[in-house]
Amino acid sequence: MNETPELCLELRSNPCYLCGTRELVAQVAKRVGFPDNQCAQWASAVDEAVANVINHGYERRADGPIWLRIYPLADDEQGPGMRIIIEDEAKQVEPEQIRGRDLEDIRPGGLGVHIIREYMDQVSYQKRERAGMRLTISKRVKGPAAKRASASDVPTHDCTKNN
Amino acid sequence: MAERIPLVVNVERIDRTIVLSPSGEISYHEAPLFRTFIRQAFDAKPAGIVVDMALVPYMSTPGVATLVEALQMSRRNGGSLVICGLTEKVSEILRISKLDKVFKIVASRAVALA
Repeated sequence: MNETPELCLELRSNPCYLCGTRELVAQVAKRVGFPDNQCAQWASAVDEAVANVINHGYERRADGPIWLRIYPLADDEQGPGMRIIIEDEAKQVEPEQIRGRDLEDIRPGGLGVHIIREYMDQVSYQKRERAGMRLTISKRVKGPAAKRASASDVPTHDCTKNN
Repeated sequence: MAERIPLVVNVERIDRTIVLSPSGEISYHEAPLFRTFIRQAFDAKPAGIVVDMALVPYMSTPGVATLVEALQMSRRNGGSLVICGLTEKVSEILRISKLDKVFKIVASRAVALA
């Protein structure tokens, strides 16, 4: 991987910035070459990830730093792709403890991680060396997540329009 | 910084049914406000609540959690809860969460109120 991200975003852990972050990621994904429905999936995955940092990592503090680094991936047989690394200086947890709830257990919460794993090809949580966590997510236009979606006949929609 | 929450929720009473019509995105930032409207609606002890999602272009899992809480409240209180007007994008979140079969979901407000 090219170690220099094409785009870096630093924000505070204030939920009012989620919308702008989501829209930025969707627009970058569109220019990388993702179709509209996958741009929307990128937006959702990043939204869920950053919301988790705000809610669980920083426990709703609005002044914690969050960094997003975006790396477009060179085309391969699975098409163009993108990797996003989201880092924070929030509470550390063991990566294996980060999992969504059982979907058969109907109750509020616990779905964000599931959404991220459903939409992305690869999802990896790590503890950062000194403080906080690092989430690395990646996806290619014709990667495993796209094939799962195709198999379940997910309808497409335009991420640039409000339906 | 003064934060504006860009979610508006219209509340109507039609006979013994309360219709909530949120307008705007429902993500982590907006979900608490949406939750407040839902709780206030249940506090009024209607026979049923309809949540018309036609003007909600995007909802993330905190919004979904609010709807699940509403479902739990409806089961405790004995009233009905019907969701209508879902966009494809919002429907997908419910489908992936395996909640599309848990809620009573109809196409439109007219069907919900019939």
